[in-house]
Amino acid sequence: MKTPVRSLLLYAALVVLYLLHNDLWLWNDPRLILGLPAGLAYHVGFCIATSIVLALLVIYAWPDHLDREAPEPKARPEIKP
Amino acid sequence: MTLAIIVVYLAIVLVIGLFSHRFFRGTSEDFFVAARTLGPFILLVSLFGANMTAFALLGSAGESYMEGIGVFALMASSSALVIPVVFYFIGTRIWALGKRRGYLTPAQYFRERWDSDALGLLLFVVQVALLIPYLLIGVMGGGTTLTQVTGGQVPDWVGGLVICAVVLTYVAYGGMRGTIWVNVFQTMILLGLGFIAFWVIVDKLGGLSAAMTRLAEDHPDMLVRGEHIKPLQLLTYTCIPLSVGMFPHMFIHWLTAKNAASFRPTLAFYPLCIAIVWVPSVLLGVFARLDFPSVADLGPGGVSSVLVKMINLHAPGVLAGLLAAGVFAAIMNSFDSQVHSVGTMFTQDIVRHYGFHDRMSESQQILVGRLFMVAILVAAYLLSRVVDRSIFKLGVWCFTGFAALFPVVVAAVFWKRSTKWGAFASTISVVVLWIYFVSHGWKSADYTIADSGVMPVAVILFVSTAAMIVGSLLTQPPKQETLEKFFP
Repeated sequence: MKTPVRSLLLYAALVVLYLLHNDLWLWNDPRLILGLPAGLAYHVGFCIATSIVLALLVIYAWPDHLDREAPEPKARPEIKP
Repeated sequence: MTLAIIVVYLAIVLVIGLFSHRFFRGTSEDFFVAARTLGPFILLVSLFGANMTAFALLGSAGESYMEGIGVFALMASSSALVIPVVFYFIGTRIWALGKRRGYLTPAQYFRERWDSDALGLLLFVVQVALLIPYLLIGVMGGGTTLTQVTGGQVPDWVGGLVICAVVLTYVAYGGMRGTIWVNVFQTMILLGLGFIAFWVIVDKLGGLSAAMTRLAEDHPDMLVRGEHIKPLQLLTYTCIPLSVGMFPHMFIHWLTAKNAASFRPTLAFYPLCIAIVWVPSVLLGVFARLDFPSVADLGPGGVSSVLVKMINLHAPGVLAGLLAAGVFAAIMNSFDSQVHSVGTMFTQDIVRHYGFHDRMSESQQILVGRLFMVAILVAAYLLSRVVDRSIFKLGVWCFTGFAALFPVVVAAVFWKRSTKWGAFASTISVVVLWIYFVSHGWKSADYTIADSGVMPVAVILFVSTAAMIVGSLLTQPPKQETLEKFFP
């Protein structure tokens, strides 16, 4: 079920995350959210959101061809370290 | 008691590293890349562990003490996004190329990719040279930790020496398998004890809410970014984690995967692992302002010792020993991978490639690789005695160099038209500009270009990318037979 469109959407989501990383609107916000300073709570949330997008990436846009392109190599020389 | 716990911990690490040798398969692939057999869980833990340094624990706490909570956005959440993306686009491709063509080191790949011995040699020298400041972080972190937790009973020089001796012993004997076994053990220790350290110290401060309230009253600037960090600094700092694309120890770790699918959990869970380690470190760093209001109150060890001082103050005795062991775990986790990569690179890229293997037996070649590890560690250790920099700043300069080399690996993997001259131009531009910026910014605590917030890494990266493109387009395209090897 991997389509180029789905992959492109997920790549676009990574770009959006990159832009969202620059949270200028919380720069001087002194509020506490869930017991943490707003600027820190936002970035903890950012880590969770990143984890979710990356999970979708490995499910829907995984480069399966890499395993096919990497067969078992020939035996290599033995050593005695 | 504290010292006894640390000694026991180091003994356990040593035993695990040495015991792993029993599973040695007798092949060079096993010694250097654990026979490319790592499954998803071990790969996640070992890749994460190899990237968690004294920088992440001691450095981040120290920097947060100085600059406040903004340090998390600066280094941690940017790494949470950039590092797994590099694994996805670069790491998996390098793994496939390595398995298909039998690579063990970065120089082997770049040398063949662009058909140039000289380029392989240049990248070997540059990568080893840039790795030395990274090794310094480990040596300095070990020294600081041991001195602080023992209340000065053990001098600074002993801690660094102990770290070097323990790591060298199990890496030289156990190879990559020993390094990974120890990494897995230490990452578990780091995650477990890190949580305990945070919980105990925050509890002693009256709980998270009470500590935040006190901090908001006494040091409100610690809870916002304010003047501590500039917006352009936050933007350009995101270039720093690109360094994982050119760290030789990460390159070699990628090659240990059993298959490409082994990378999947690493990508999905890496951001969460980053948050689990960095949030407590950053918070303990800012909470240290409550106990040590000014830098002068920190005494010997300076800002790099903030975390250890908090442990000593709030969790003395047995717990301090256990928590210090957790700090040691973080330090040695990456240190061993770096030492292993140095030995692997020297054995493969110099001894074997330049034909010394004709005159040496296999065991002599390995011995030479081990001696090179010793030489690099001696150099790092001696430098640690004279360099007077915070662990955080030292790390940032090291990462700047590796991150600026990122266009080299991107071009190698994705750009067929790239040439060795483009790679030469890119690498040389990094060397020249890195030396220039280090010589200008070394003494300044928070150096950015013209004080604008723009990190030097952004400029060097831009120039090295341009050098790669222009250098490649102005020179002859690579041979078709070379391209067929890499773009089947």
